[in-house]
Amino acid sequence: MPSEENPRSESAVTAFKARFPQVADRPSLDHPAVNVPASDVPVLLKSLKEESGFDMLADLTAIDWAEGASPRFTVVYHLYSTARHDYIRVAAGCPDDSAPAMPSITSLWPGANWHEREVFDMFGIRFEGHPDLRRILMWEGYPYHPLRKEFPLAGIETPLPDLEVAAETGAGLEPAPMMGGPFVASPGQINMTEAEPRAKDESWTERHEKPNP
Amino acid sequence: MATDFTFPDSAATRAAGEAEPEKMSLSMGPSHPSTHGVLRLQMELDGEIVTKADPVVGYLHRGDEKIAENMTYNQFVPYTDRLDYLAPLANNMAYAIAVERLAKLEVPPRCQAIRVITAELARISSHLMGLGAYAIDVGAWTVFLYTFGEREKLYRLFEELTGARFTTSYTRIGGLARDVPDGWLRHVAQFCEQFPPILEESMKLLTRNKIFMDRTVGIGVISREDAIAYGLTGPNARGSGVPLDLRKDMPYSGYEQYDFDVPVATGGDCYDRYLIRGEEMRQAVRIIRQAVERFPDGPWFATDARKIFAPPKDKVLTSMEELIQNFMLVTEGPQMPAGEVYFEAENPKGVLGFYIVSKGGGVPWRLKIRSPSFCNLSILPKVCVGALLADIVAILGSFDFVMGECDR
Repeated sequence: MPSEENPRSESAVTAFKARFPQVADRPSLDHPAVNVPASDVPVLLKSLKEESGFDMLADLTAIDWAEGASPRFTVVYHLYSTARHDYIRVAAGCPDDSAPAMPSITSLWPGANWHEREVFDMFGIRFEGHPDLRRILMWEGYPYHPLRKEFPLAGIETPLPDLEVAAETGAGLEPAPMMGGPFVASPGQINMTEAEPRAKDESWTERHEKPNP
Repeated sequence: MATDFTFPDSAATRAAGEAEPEKMSLSMGPSHPSTHGVLRLQMELDGEIVTKADPVVGYLHRGDEKIAENMTYNQFVPYTDRLDYLAPLANNMAYAIAVERLAKLEVPPRCQAIRVITAELARISSHLMGLGAYAIDVGAWTVFLYTFGEREKLYRLFEELTGARFTTSYTRIGGLARDVPDGWLRHVAQFCEQFPPILEESMKLLTRNKIFMDRTVGIGVISREDAIAYGLTGPNARGSGVPLDLRKDMPYSGYEQYDFDVPVATGGDCYDRYLIRGEEMRQAVRIIRQAVERFPDGPWFATDARKIFAPPKDKVLTSMEELIQNFMLVTEGPQMPAGEVYFEAENPKGVLGFYIVSKGGGVPWRLKIRSPSFCNLSILPKVCVGALLADIVAILGSFDFVMGECDR
């Protein structure tokens, strides 16, 4: 990978790690990657931006390690240096698993605004100090965070966002029928041959209702 | 048009002591011809001046990232068509390379060359659409007819290669769906011969056109600093003087072998973004010509990737081992090591990134799509303020966004 051969990138990351003892190495298959404590994220990213030359926020996202894991949520930042052409991955675990939160970095990169709104929308991670933390892809008032692992792929029955329309038409949002689809039942599970209950479940079809659990 | 929207902090944008002007709220979209899909802009107007713009996105949200966590790596390829649906071949390639980086897999030169040709054809097709639609947005119909005619020729090439005009699903992890058919490269070369004069003719209709220049020069100016701060990429960033092109900066799929220039403008206005797209099409033709000229022989898929790329069909039907391999690939998916990668490719709309977290096996644990249109649009609340309402259409068109990849 190009970044591994870039000596200037190596030295920038090494200097960064030497300067901040709380920064730990993170296993990675491509770019240099570090784990940092959540409370230090703004300080460390500021240093990376202003002193190490990573001037662009390429991506900001989160990972849900599923219920039971701790930390359950990890927020991942990818920074890019437009002068040196290399990336660094910075990851921080959210300290509280039931009410995850992370300091906002919108003051460093205004472009983080929408990324943080998306992570809040999809994972329910609150970004402290964000100027306008609203949902962005789902509608205002939607009750779930769809990219959390316990959220089913088919969706959950939800009333329409416009109650007036819902009352008038009697319509609502229903889970998608999944029979015969290419989907696996347990995301990330390695053995898929054993894990296809949706295809094997013959207790309901498109014509007969799914039995209530 | 609805008028009862309220903006919580509209008082903050007013200068102190100034009498409260009568503001009008205007909701533009999601079904509006110049919002190029389903973008909605919730605006606050002072006369004809936009004082606040709040883009509302998500109308095309299909949960692609959730879907990716529930299917094998190859099964997700068709979903990448539907991100930037004006350049599906480029998305296919970006996704395939991201997964191949995870598997530490190198594809042979012939496969790389085919991918480069298809990605650059997709770039031309996407920019032709962007150019034609933009001309319509600012009131010039004719250009669209020229560019759409050329785009149709490209679609015939895509159909000949992949069997589909629009949703190509051409790449596989470790290779392609099939090799190039006989005579296809000759057709590509013919296209490269006849296309540049028509491109020049179409652009001649706009580049020194008084009306077009009045609508675009000095409109929607984005500074170099803002472009970097908001994570703008692609022609939108290069139009603002950011020389960011991953095909040059971090070459992938053998882009380092080709001789081409990266156009960069300094004005950062709508006109510069238009000029950049035009020049990128010329450069794309250059790349395709070189790739066709020295088109390498050899295998078109990674031959050493036994648990990743499907074995040839005739072997599947005659040999037990290949049959088992094929069966495992279809049911379990291509087997990947545990780990995480982030790969970005220079797509027509900007930088398309895939962040893949794998726990091993055939299904990703998490797949994040960093879409260029999402990042590019996030600067709208800043760019639209102070513009005339009529200029909003010109600004939106100059961004050349696709909601399919913005909302995912």
